[in-house]
Amino acid sequence: MEYVIEMLHITKQFPGIIANDDITLRLQRGEIHALLGENGAGKSTLMSVLFGLYQPEKGVIKKDGNEVRIKDPNDANALGIGMVHQHFKLVHNFTVLQNIILGVETTKKGFLLMEEAREKVVSLSEKYGLSVDPDALVSDITVGMQQRVEILKMLYRDNEILIFDEPTAVLTPQEIEELMKIMKGLCAEGKSILFITHKLNEIKAVADRCTVLRKGKYVGTVEVAQTSKEEMSEMMVGRKVDFSIAKDPSSPGEKALQVSGLHAGGKLKGKKTLANINFDVCKGEIVCIAGIDGNGQSELVYALTGLAPIEQGKITLNGKDITKYSIRKRNMEGMSHIPEDRHKHGLILDYSLEENLVLKKYYTPEFQKNGFLRFDQMEEYADRLIQEYDIRSGQGRRTVARSMSGGNQQKAIVAREIDIDPEILIAVQPTRGLDVGAIEYIHKQLIEQRDQGKAVLLISLELDEVMNVSDRILVIYEGEIVAELDPKQTSIQELGLYMAGGKRQERRDA
Amino acid sequence: MGSLKKLVNLPGFNNALSSMVAIGAGLLFGLIILLVSNPAEAFPGFAIILKGGVSTGAKGMGQVLYFATPLILTGLSVGFAFKTGLFNIGASGQFIMGAFAATYIGVKWTFLPAPWHWLVALACAALVGGLWALIPGLLKAYLNVHEVISTIMMNYIGMYLANFLVKSSIYDSKKALSMNVAESAVLPKAGLDKIFFNRMGASGHIDLSTVNCGIYIAILVAVVMYIVLNKTTFGYELKACGYNQEASRYAGINAKKNVVLSMVIAGALAGLGGALLYLSGAGGRHIKVVDVLAAEGFNGIPVALLGLSNPIGIIFSAVFISHITMGGNYLQTLDFVPEIIDIIVACIIYFSAFSLILRNLLPRFLKWRKSLKHDGEGGNSEREGGENR
Repeated sequence: MEYVIEMLHITKQFPGIIANDDITLRLQRGEIHALLGENGAGKSTLMSVLFGLYQPEKGVIKKDGNEVRIKDPNDANALGIGMVHQHFKLVHNFTVLQNIILGVETTKKGFLLMEEAREKVVSLSEKYGLSVDPDALVSDITVGMQQRVEILKMLYRDNEILIFDEPTAVLTPQEIEELMKIMKGLCAEGKSILFITHKLNEIKAVADRCTVLRKGKYVGTVEVAQTSKEEMSEMMVGRKVDFSIAKDPSSPGEKALQVSGLHAGGKLKGKKTLANINFDVCKGEIVCIAGIDGNGQSELVYALTGLAPIEQGKITLNGKDITKYSIRKRNMEGMSHIPEDRHKHGLILDYSLEENLVLKKYYTPEFQKNGFLRFDQMEEYADRLIQEYDIRSGQGRRTVARSMSGGNQQKAIVAREIDIDPEILIAVQPTRGLDVGAIEYIHKQLIEQRDQGKAVLLISLELDEVMNVSDRILVIYEGEIVAELDPKQTSIQELGLYMAGGKRQERRDA
Repeated sequence: MGSLKKLVNLPGFNNALSSMVAIGAGLLFGLIILLVSNPAEAFPGFAIILKGGVSTGAKGMGQVLYFATPLILTGLSVGFAFKTGLFNIGASGQFIMGAFAATYIGVKWTFLPAPWHWLVALACAALVGGLWALIPGLLKAYLNVHEVISTIMMNYIGMYLANFLVKSSIYDSKKALSMNVAESAVLPKAGLDKIFFNRMGASGHIDLSTVNCGIYIAILVAVVMYIVLNKTTFGYELKACGYNQEASRYAGINAKKNVVLSMVIAGALAGLGGALLYLSGAGGRHIKVVDVLAAEGFNGIPVALLGLSNPIGIIFSAVFISHITMGGNYLQTLDFVPEIIDIIVACIIYFSAFSLILRNLLPRFLKWRKSLKHDGEGGNSEREGGENR
């Protein structure tokens, strides 16, 4: 079998970290090759090397057997290497067509030849079954469609090696299925695909071979068809991973968080309206709000944490009415919040890890005296959390949060929020975009909090997580709680029906 | 050798070095303009610029410090706002409003005894400057009006209002300037008159510099700002809001309040700068009633940029810019047109402001050099412009 791309013994260092240590990756023509690894294992770095964004210290790259030097993305493009980044690189107020030709416009005497470009885009779109409207504005189309635009961009440039960087992280289950079909279609046409992911199901579904990285080192390359999911995850994490979550039955105590008659979000444009939300979370139980994305989960969290005003209703914590409390006062009452968007809300990316770890506590006597920060205390505290929660970073507590890997950023937030010793822990999609090892870790933390008698409210889109972690499920649909389920007596199919709005319970308190 | 390496790796060193390189580039560019406009006298002219205030001895050096004083304050004003995520273009307006308040009190409130008179004048100038910035601050926090637009507007309102107020209350129509402030309102010399003076001719007449304790106050304020920004919870909150307002809100910080406070503090700094420049007796500056925005306000922007918004860095960059400006003034002794001089000085200043870009480029350049030296041996750090505390 011939290799289109060979990356041989690649080594790339960053301050304090060897991101890639002697890694070899060989891509065959016409295959889907998965690149598997935990967050921070060096997948993105390796692909950035291939795409010319980083220069490796050691190692060579061969294209069709000839050694090449890729100094920048233009070189990569000239060699037929294209990449769909995890965060799309599209101009939002341009049309699909304008985005596709951006940078490689065909012109005549300085004027754009849009018709030629359109023909090519339409024919490509039909050939690969992408069905994208070339005249739609990018800001008007769904995330899944935007991804197809990115794919079209690569095809338009006649790229034959396509890199997909965690393409499914932003998609709905249906869109993921469509994407898989498209990827298979691309391979059938002779394209070669590098597929970066840490989702084993997806690798099983589409990939031919899989290369596994762990902590910057090469672990091995396997034939996907002959390898089980368990074997792959063991290669990735370096130990056996428990897919089922061991936990004792819950023993709910008294009510911690009580929400009654909550209405919110009605005046905001483009937001879901919450209508008459009623529920409780008791001490020592994990209640999960399940639902398809965009059914009012964010609005509910904003209302509970005080990030957005409510219109009507009452929120109490341990019997105390906190409806009118500010965010700071709610925090002081023992409300902890692991936010959905760790970059927007969870961290101040330009602050160091240490400064981020005290973000909810800097004003307490522990860390300030007469308005002056107590740096010695902060350092000690940060070092303790870093050790206890195994937060890995290049320069310890001094690391700028921005330069940390996603998994470790999330660990830092989890550490901060749990260490507050909360009365109620609100965890919103706490495992989004994380790898198996980190997910397992965070689930264990949530259950440990429960076992210590804390109330936990989990908001999740992942059905596996909903079924395995929670003690009680509330299904949210179109801004309303439509069902209350016991995970032990419910099937995923039934849960799915409620989530899709095909079924609803008459709740006792509704 | 080892300690040198350690020094090079310090972010502070890196910052200072990039400012130095920027200054070098600015001076080089100034030399080119000198060569183009008057080749014969270019090099003597360049020497005069480099010498700056030193050309006229101790008095000149005093004058450099005198004109650096307001620049430190307006530089702090811009730099402080910048650290907290705001772009204060309104230092000019805040500066002139503060200047008017101080001069008015200096002229009219003669009932106050000596130290209190100038102290009250300074405090009121800061207050008025702060109030002038309060309006854009409120607009930004509650109506999301961009502070660049509103502070620019406030500059013009401030300038015309100050002109009107000076004319109607404290105008000396013979000199077409604001009146002299009372002796009790003049900032004391605090020993500086023993250093910065020239002896004139045989008679031994003493030609004093205008510099006064204002420079001490400016340096003190810079140190205080440094401590506030880097050592206090208040500074921690303000910077957090500057970096990420949403995350600050999430952490329970009142982001709106902090935006307003940042603007008010920035305005107070600029207003204080106005007072420190104009409370300097008969020999010092007076408010001119002209339709021109105060240059000290705008020069605060390059001062802050050159100082990388670090309060301590701002002290040095303000002195440097004052030094260069003085040098430019002395250029008139040679055959240079005043407009050309202004252009040269402006070019040097604005080139110097590139230090921000250089700070990011310099480590890469050093790294590149290193990788050329021992190719393949494993290059070193790629530092992403991380803020040092």
